[in-house]
Amino acid sequence: MSLLELDDVSITYRIASGDVPAVRGVSLSLDAGAALGVAGESGSGKSTLAMALLRLLPRDARVGGRILLDGEDVLAMKWGRLRAVRWAEASIVFQGAQHGLNPVRRIGEQIAEPLLVHDLAKPDGARKRVAELLEQVGLPAWRARSYPHELSGGQRQRVMIAMALACSPRLIVADEPTTALDVMVQAQVLALIKDLVAERGISLIMISHDLSVLADVCDRLAVMYAGRVVEHGPSHEVFRDARHPYSSALAAAFPTVGDPVSRMAPKGLGGDPPDPMALPTGCSFHPRCPVALDECSSLDVELWPAGERRAAACVHVRAKEETP
Amino acid sequence: MTETQPAADTAAATAPATRRALLEARDLRVEFPSRGRRARAVDGVNLAVGEGEIVALVGESGCGKTTLARTLLGLERPTSGEVRYDGAVLDHGSKALKAYRREVQLVLQDPTGSLNPRHTVYEAVAEGPRIHGLAGEREIVAEALARAGLRPPERFFLRYPHELSGGQRQRVVIAGALALNPKVLIADEPVASLDASVRGEILALMLKLRQDLGLSALVVTHDLGLAWNIADRVAVMYLGRIVESGPVEQVLTAPRHPYTQALMSVLPESPERVVLTGEPPDPTRIPGGCRFHARCQVLASGRAAEAGVDARCRSELLDVLPATPEAHVACHWARAVEPAPEGAGA
Amino acid sequence: MTSVAWDRRKLALGRFWSDFRRQRAGMAGLVVLAVAVVLALIAPLFIDENVTSVVTGTGARWAPPSLDEPFGTDESGRSILLMAWWGSRTSLLIGFLAALLSIVIGMVVGIAAGHFRGWAGAALMRVTDWFLVLPSLVTALVLAAILGGSTFTIIVAIGVTTWPSTARLIRAQTLSVEARPYIERSKALGGGHWHITTRHVLPNVAPLLLASTTLEVASAIVTESTLAFLGASANKTSWGTMLRGSYDYGAATEGAWWYILIPGLCILAVVMAFTVAGRALEAVLNPRLRKAGA
Repeated sequence: MSLLELDDVSITYRIASGDVPAVRGVSLSLDAGAALGVAGESGSGKSTLAMALLRLLPRDARVGGRILLDGEDVLAMKWGRLRAVRWAEASIVFQGAQHGLNPVRRIGEQIAEPLLVHDLAKPDGARKRVAELLEQVGLPAWRARSYPHELSGGQRQRVMIAMALACSPRLIVADEPTTALDVMVQAQVLALIKDLVAERGISLIMISHDLSVLADVCDRLAVMYAGRVVEHGPSHEVFRDARHPYSSALAAAFPTVGDPVSRMAPKGLGGDPPDPMALPTGCSFHPRCPVALDECSSLDVELWPAGERRAAACVHVRAKEETP
Repeated sequence: MTETQPAADTAAATAPATRRALLEARDLRVEFPSRGRRARAVDGVNLAVGEGEIVALVGESGCGKTTLARTLLGLERPTSGEVRYDGAVLDHGSKALKAYRREVQLVLQDPTGSLNPRHTVYEAVAEGPRIHGLAGEREIVAEALARAGLRPPERFFLRYPHELSGGQRQRVVIAGALALNPKVLIADEPVASLDASVRGEILALMLKLRQDLGLSALVVTHDLGLAWNIADRVAVMYLGRIVESGPVEQVLTAPRHPYTQALMSVLPESPERVVLTGEPPDPTRIPGGCRFHARCQVLASGRAAEAGVDARCRSELLDVLPATPEAHVACHWARAVEPAPEGAGA
Repeated sequence: MTSVAWDRRKLALGRFWSDFRRQRAGMAGLVVLAVAVVLALIAPLFIDENVTSVVTGTGARWAPPSLDEPFGTDESGRSILLMAWWGSRTSLLIGFLAALLSIVIGMVVGIAAGHFRGWAGAALMRVTDWFLVLPSLVTALVLAAILGGSTFTIIVAIGVTTWPSTARLIRAQTLSVEARPYIERSKALGGGHWHITTRHVLPNVAPLLLASTTLEVASAIVTESTLAFLGASANKTSWGTMLRGSYDYGAATEGAWWYILIPGLCILAVVMAFTVAGRALEAVLNPRLRKAGA
């Protein structure tokens, strides 16, 4: 059975000037111990979706559909149950590690906090656990006595991961965990996340705009555009051989060094992401699509099978699959 | 506005090997006090950007690449060494600097922060021409916006930055620089804070500007893919010094310095990873010998000892690399294991 | 094109006004202020300086409030109502001009101290600190005594002693503006000190200045009254000199509560009005108190 199941999830923000649909009917599932990458540009709804998994959205957001964590609907949980779930079963690692830590408290206290709050440990045991966690994320135990400003960006991100691991959750949601980091430090943090998934059987949902990073860490990828999943499938297949023109544009944005095709030829996507309050008719990607047909402006294509365990929401995919 | 220039093609964009150096750093050093010690942010750098050439300056944060860029712009004074533009040493007097601003312009990483939220697009682009008292402000602004790909320009005049997308904001910043009709653009991580899909568009714009206007560029980045996408030459910086430089094809397909090799290996889809441990060391405590030796995977694995250079790695300083266009590397091991050493090296 | 720019400004102003209107206390303060200022401006159409003259007092001495004299009379038979009306001119004038002087000094010193790093900025801040620790009331008293009593010297005395807090505030704001990347961009475009301070820093500190000016006027009116009460006055009738008079002639022992109460209430009303209007302005204009955007 899958650990996490999203069933037709829609999220709408209610603001003064009307309703903003941020996520429109997303269905995804994640097996225990698997890693799913969610890609998309800012405004695609990927972060909103991540926040909704633990019901961390602001009050003006309306969530529809069902989010099942281990068969239990997160949206229907009582407050007390939700609090328990937030640390013990699923925890989140935010982007921008410098703001996630309290600058005037020691690292150790901050990591131990969820343990003490949830009565999972006595102060003595918590100290031991903190040392263990720090070691797991590759930091020496004496770092527990440091303040956040004494750590570098990469070390702070490691601390954030240690905090997420504190209550041994089964699912970690990582929202752009490496965006602000340098290449080398990013590689270190990604290696750490990969190890955690592989060795401890933790499930992972990772969110990023960098398809290459996701393909590196995750088994499966889902690409979001304008609040919808436009393609999903095994990550290397989606990255190397995308079926949806938007996924291929995202994949081409990060060239392979040494590939003569991309030399002196940066690939980009024209136009801007659509305004969620005024989405284009038909396929919402068609104004920017390099291979759009006339019918795309009126025809809204659903996800269509595009090979084994793959699907893409594009008229070209449907055409190919219909004519064997 | 009619646009009749042909699209950029690979052959025309590739640079000839010998170009006159337009902007040059000669044995540049920049130090500043940091927590009671001297930080040697730039510790002896020779670097040249030729006419119509795009050079990528690659390195991790804290390696001094941004300080080097700021010094080349005249925003920071060198402790020693000199910045040369068009053969003449840069004069830090306020009048000379103001004239220099019309030749060398800046594009920053964060387009949102680079634009005053209270200024319209028109005001933001007109800022340079107004400072320099250029005539025909409206035409200059319209042309700069069109060049930066915001067409028709009139439609953007009265927009405020918060009404634009990230990519459009960066185009406004680029248009603001173009309004002064510069010869060199110094871009500090120009696409790092932009979405993946916009990234390629901005890079393509820089290539197009080079083709249409002959604009040279120094692009400061941590992204080797970017260097591969647009640069003619690449210089890899580590802890205040350039450790390897040369034509992009050469350096990025056959890196010689262990640090460049490590950077290449952490790119996605690279076969074997060399993840260096630790953070880049502190510019207030630059190690003796080769500055990279403490993190060097070649030294750690014993390959340097096999080549018989391990003692030199730990104790012998390396010379400052010259600014010439050929490939250079500052590494005892690379020089020892290569059969034919480069002309000036060793 | 310029007309479109104007439309934009009008729109921004309209948004500001609708935000401000939602601040109820601020609106009440603004109405009180408007009434006070209009009354002070139109006073010469109905009365003149004679209402404050001891020789032309028309009523009985120490007359309690009645239909003829709504607020009673003082020791010389002058009408308290007319004196308070005429006195509002001096009080408000001194309040506005002293606040303006204080704000201008504070702004220039604050921006300069924030903009010029190094020894110049540090020296300016030391001077500011020095003024800040001076007991301002005593300094103003001494200054007024040395310079002699005229409206102008009172304005100078108040202005010169109250600017340091403004300077501190503006410097802090200047420092935060100067840390933004667009300042770096402007420098790279060739912008000099004048360009950066006037085109980028000033528009960003202006809302703060406006809010702070309103509060400063209130405090200047109080200072003027205090100075007048302590004997350093402009020899013109103001609310402060009226209070001084009530004290000098023993209004309390005479039971003439109206002589004390009326100028006191005038000061209270105007100062309160300025303060709540200033707070409302601050709430509307200060981006840190507002939600992001706009």
